[in-house]
Amino acid sequence: MKYLFVRMLALMALFVVPASLASGQNFRPVLLYDIGGKFDKSFNEAAFRGAERFAQETGIDFRDFEPNSETQYEQALKRFARRGADLVVAVGVGYSVALRNVAERYPDVKFTVIDAVIDLPNVQSITFKENEGSFLVGMIAGMATQSGKVGFIGGMDIPLIRRFQVGYAQGVRHVRGDVEFIDNYVGTTPSAWNDPIKAAEMAKSQYARGVDIIFSAAGPSGLGVINAAKDSGALAIGVDSNQNHVQPGFVLTSMLKRVDLAVERAMQQAQSGTWQAGHYVLGLPEGGVDYAMDEHNAALISDEMRQKLEDARAKIISGEIVVADVDGGNEGH
Amino acid sequence: MEFLTDILLLSDSTLRIAAPLILAALAGLCAERAGIVDIGLEGKMLAAAFGAASAASITGSPWAGLVSGILVSVLLALLHGYVSISQRGNQIVSGMAINIMVAGLAPTLANAWFSRGGQTPLLPNEARFTEITLPFADLVADVPLLGAVYSDLLSGHSLLTYAAFAAVPLVAWMLYKTRFGLRLRAVGENPEAVDTAGISVTLLRYQAMIIAGVLCGVSGSALSTALGAGFIRDMSAGKGFLALAAMIFGKWKPVPTLLACLLFAFVDALQGRLQGVSLPLIGEIPVQFTIMLPYVLTVIILAGFVGKMEAPKASGIPYEKDR
Repeated sequence: MKYLFVRMLALMALFVVPASLASGQNFRPVLLYDIGGKFDKSFNEAAFRGAERFAQETGIDFRDFEPNSETQYEQALKRFARRGADLVVAVGVGYSVALRNVAERYPDVKFTVIDAVIDLPNVQSITFKENEGSFLVGMIAGMATQSGKVGFIGGMDIPLIRRFQVGYAQGVRHVRGDVEFIDNYVGTTPSAWNDPIKAAEMAKSQYARGVDIIFSAAGPSGLGVINAAKDSGALAIGVDSNQNHVQPGFVLTSMLKRVDLAVERAMQQAQSGTWQAGHYVLGLPEGGVDYAMDEHNAALISDEMRQKLEDARAKIISGEIVVADVDGGNEGH
Repeated sequence: MEFLTDILLLSDSTLRIAAPLILAALAGLCAERAGIVDIGLEGKMLAAAFGAASAASITGSPWAGLVSGILVSVLLALLHGYVSISQRGNQIVSGMAINIMVAGLAPTLANAWFSRGGQTPLLPNEARFTEITLPFADLVADVPLLGAVYSDLLSGHSLLTYAAFAAVPLVAWMLYKTRFGLRLRAVGENPEAVDTAGISVTLLRYQAMIIAGVLCGVSGSALSTALGAGFIRDMSAGKGFLALAAMIFGKWKPVPTLLACLLFAFVDALQGRLQGVSLPLIGEIPVQFTIMLPYVLTVIILAGFVGKMEAPKASGIPYEKDR
């Protein structure tokens, strides 16, 4: 019986975080992904790219960990903190509660959390002004729509996603006042992020009702929307990373959230000693959000449209246009 | 006119949403009619969705996807059969174990094979069951009402959607008109009698599990190669359990089960349509409320309107010869 217990312990040890943190270097950064894995072609992969860039520029290796469930968040944070990591970068609002608990217990370790706000002396919180990026893609939708009807499909109905919706609607109205909106949310539980079938069904319904462009802020469910756009011969707008390549010609643009930039910045600051705790918001002025342009959508967006977009960008940066926001966008949930 | 278009759109959407539900519910029905409770529908669907998407993405053929989806699902059904028929284990535990296993295994394998964060690559149209236009659909589209019904509602679905609706009379015929069906029903009601007649209970129940596996496999393949275009973790999103509820609501009979699936699918389509719509007096309906509708309906129907439920008598009870 005791032997069995030891064996189970050994087995469990295999599954937890690899223990060998590089010890030769002075600076040891760690990157913790959200559920979805390193190569999710979206959020986590952007974080990985940022860390990779940092590693290439400085020659400093970083450690990373891909949790399989939310219960591993706190475990992973603790383990890396205990082993003396200099900086732990955690990606995703899901880390809110776990990181608050762990950061309190390890005041000497620096933590950077992306997409959540935690008010502790050793935590740097980085969030994005998704509403400003959504404003720009909203403008594109407003200029490109021919039917005068545009759609929005959100994943889980939380304040963070409402922020996308508010910015988007304002952007559309900025260029065209008479546009009609149809909004849908896939669900109210986390499973809403992984239901492309339902999202596609909602998109098909919107297209059939005359919508010709849908902005989806729904994580992997958004792939269903992009696919429905192709099936219906209409347009979709991607989110988080550049999704223009998913169905070339049917993705008008993508609202970019530069997670790579945030991760790289945090690691550079920590290495050079300029890292500071506090809440930092990356909006248009910092290049934290943007719309995606590449060879896949070059034919869909004219120079005239780009001119208007750059004008609006300048006006948002100068404060002439204020993009509305919602409360509680980065609270844990 | 707009009202009519709305109805058509809703019905069209209902047919699409209902297809995987119908197949899964029929799978559950075949298993339970033979005395095996199959709570692992969800897991089998998800596994089939993953198997179909992987094979379709590697070979580029939806048929290879369908075959491998069915294979995966049948293998899991046989595993469930081995636990609950040969080993006389607890059927609920076995089914639940399959659900949990697949939920973890599928994204892990997807990550290992395709390195896309637990997804398979998006399938191009050649590797999917795309929408089929029925003959003359374009010709009759201008005929008032009937033409619209034919060309918009009945035409333009994928092969697997049509297969789902064709499966209902097939399963009904098998259950009620064939000798095999009679034995299958008997083994779920009174296995001792079947055994006394010199027919193997074990063999019959395994056969029922294989049928359930095939149906569930088609259902899962429809998710990833017809309705969707690739596998995404947890993409079955509770449809297996909804199918189970539909089967119970349909009193373990094929046609009522079909109607139950259509009702659930209709409410699901309706809730998407109702989001953001302002009703007189009430105002805009909150999203949370519309999303709640299908589940509230399930509870109300199951608790109040179904009447007396008669599950197959031997359902869930392992058969022991020497009792």
